[in-house]
Amino acid sequence: MKTNVLNRLVPDGCKPFQGAKTYRSMTHQVMPEVKTTNTNKVIHDIGKLFDRLDIQDGMTLSFHHHLREGDAVLNMVLAEIKTRKLQNLTLAPSAIFPVHAPLAGLIESGQVTTLYTNYLNGPVSDVVTAGKLKGLLVMDTHGGRPRAIESGELKIDIAFIAVPACDKHGNGNGIEGPNACGVLGYPICDMRHARIKVAVTDHLTDAIKNGEIVSDYIDHVLVVDKIGDARHIVSGTTRPTHDPVQLKIASNTIRLIESLGMIKEGMSFQTGAGGTSLAVAQHLKQRMIALGVKGSFASGGITGFLVDMLENGLFERLHDVQCFDLKAVESYRNNARHLFMDASAYANPHHPDPVVNGLDIVILGATEVDLDFNVNVTTDSYHNIIGGSGGHADTAYGAKLAIITTNLVKTRIPIITDKVTTITTPGESIDAIVTERGIAIHPKRTDLIDKLKGSSLPIMTIEALRQKALSITGTPEPVKHSDDVVGIVRYRDGTIIDCLYRKEEHAR
Amino acid sequence: MRRSLLFIPADSPAMMQNADVFDADAIIFDLEDAVLPAEKDAALSLLDQYLQAYPLSATEIMVRINPLDSPYAERDLKQVVSDQIDTIVLPKADVNALKRLDAILAKLETSTGMTKTIKVIALIETPSAVLDAPSIAQAPRVDGLLLGGEDLATSLEVERTSQGMEILLARSLLVLAAKAKGIDAIDTPYVNSRDLDGLGHDARGAKGLGMNAKSCIHPNQVETVNLCFSPTASEIAYAQKIIALKETHGKGVFAVDGKMVDAPVLKRAERLLQKARHWNLVKP
Repeated sequence: MKTNVLNRLVPDGCKPFQGAKTYRSMTHQVMPEVKTTNTNKVIHDIGKLFDRLDIQDGMTLSFHHHLREGDAVLNMVLAEIKTRKLQNLTLAPSAIFPVHAPLAGLIESGQVTTLYTNYLNGPVSDVVTAGKLKGLLVMDTHGGRPRAIESGELKIDIAFIAVPACDKHGNGNGIEGPNACGVLGYPICDMRHARIKVAVTDHLTDAIKNGEIVSDYIDHVLVVDKIGDARHIVSGTTRPTHDPVQLKIASNTIRLIESLGMIKEGMSFQTGAGGTSLAVAQHLKQRMIALGVKGSFASGGITGFLVDMLENGLFERLHDVQCFDLKAVESYRNNARHLFMDASAYANPHHPDPVVNGLDIVILGATEVDLDFNVNVTTDSYHNIIGGSGGHADTAYGAKLAIITTNLVKTRIPIITDKVTTITTPGESIDAIVTERGIAIHPKRTDLIDKLKGSSLPIMTIEALRQKALSITGTPEPVKHSDDVVGIVRYRDGTIIDCLYRKEEHAR
Repeated sequence: MRRSLLFIPADSPAMMQNADVFDADAIIFDLEDAVLPAEKDAALSLLDQYLQAYPLSATEIMVRINPLDSPYAERDLKQVVSDQIDTIVLPKADVNALKRLDAILAKLETSTGMTKTIKVIALIETPSAVLDAPSIAQAPRVDGLLLGGEDLATSLEVERTSQGMEILLARSLLVLAAKAKGIDAIDTPYVNSRDLDGLGHDARGAKGLGMNAKSCIHPNQVETVNLCFSPTASEIAYAQKIIALKETHGKGVFAVDGKMVDAPVLKRAERLLQKARHWNLVKP
């Protein structure tokens, strides 16, 4: 094994991460789109579909995660794989959640041997961390996934695309039907480049307008009883936190942004779901109203809270890759300024003008941050896989101001570490860390440091922040991992930024 | 100099861990009402260990002990009085209790070789304490009177209201008693922790009567209270103008923006700027 520029080991045969901007000098090919010639598309039985598709051992199947914890499509396909005793399959769902627990069994039985995904938690992460996946787990970013698919690096044999409303030709969208989940931003690259595409729907209709899913690409329309339960698409919490520590972090964050003069006309902004993120958005809303500022756009996964800001005239438009709650679904259905964005247009580094590159401010979380500002959102301190980049590394790269908000101490563990367990996002993309006890600015951002001179904000070095945490917790013993690589973490350009290791059995 | 005093239950490790991050001017670790009788021993032990071990940032550390006539108070004092704390908050304060407290504290300070003298905040929460507030304020070590509006309302057999008319006289008497000695007049907490607008309204009303600080029962209240009891930017600018013109005129009486400025106005401006500097509201 060799090391990359961040001194992390990289398996032989893989490209090491060389820096966030290296992609600019990389050659990038885009494979031709794959269109269908099939005209008789509707089928009502998944078994017959498998027969017709001639799905065989060793194939690669892809899925999207717009139905999140309410998804039934991946499990439906897994059941058929299990019945048919297919072996050595590669799965490429854009995210894997606890609802996908049956996949853990297929990994243990050796039927699924390789995984490509952008986010992973629940029982599947447990079996991967335990070293039971025969091949590798490959973790991409939301922008890295379409890059890999369109370049042919990730070749998909069959894409199963859950489509809440679909016509018999394969035109579909996510805003109609009993399980409407809103924008379908993630499967677009699969739809364009997979060898065979199956639209899976529980609402066959003749009245599709403005569908993101286009019949030219769709080979089969599988009609099922239920594609899932849209009530469970909600991501995290949809209300701002009442936790005083997180509110303090949110307040510090907005004071920082305002001190830097970035609450201004035309500003663009992204934050996730979750209590602290929404509290930041709430504070931002108050300051934008007080200052009479109107922003240009907010982007990413969209919550009802951002919809409120749009409807109150605080942003001109929303660029939405995925609806985080049903209020966002409703808004996307009815508001012309709530715009569709596919994953490539959102974050693909080789897209001519990805939305992330136009961001002024992004607010991101962390499970660990180290003294070089590298951020981990992939594993916890015990090497358990608990998430993944999603759009973390993409937005941190693109935004002019990338802020990490985090408690300084969580459950007696200091969040600022000497070295993070896993690098998800390189420190060079991170501009500020905001905690309840202090704010650290990346030393290379001398422009920000100069602007904050004389500020009453608790600005300090990241080393001082680390010492504050250690004065509370003491120095924890590092948790050792085995040398067995169970996965790789790919930066958005496809290079390897870190590896994931099998957890020692005695570790928590 | 205080604006906000934040109550933290002494039996809650999670809240104690973050007690000093909310910019309260003082933290009151509560051994009294917030702790059930069955938990008193555990809370006292936890608070003792916490104060010995935890690196609290620069803030005034107070402990509300149990009433002096309760079976817990002397043990509370014996355990927590040390250089780690600054102030004891005495519930159900009266002149006799304050004298007894002074004697106990003096003995503990000597026997433990402490380097500081513990101050006392007297909690005024009975009708007799309101009427006796001037004497209570004059008792040894007392450097603040804190109104306990809820207990007082119970004694008065009235409901607490958002207007606060039922405690108007008590607030005014407490302010007069405190200011006569030159110590802090600290307002009763606002008990609806979700209603920050109501808190702001309540705090501004208290400030208008002469209160200079307010106790908080939830960390989310501190920012609103600090904002209310801090000089505003325009007040600071006006005070700076007065001080600058005083130096130019070199006279005792002069006019600023058409208004007469004499000794009391000057004193008020100086005091306001002193507060503003203390709370880092004036850029160096």
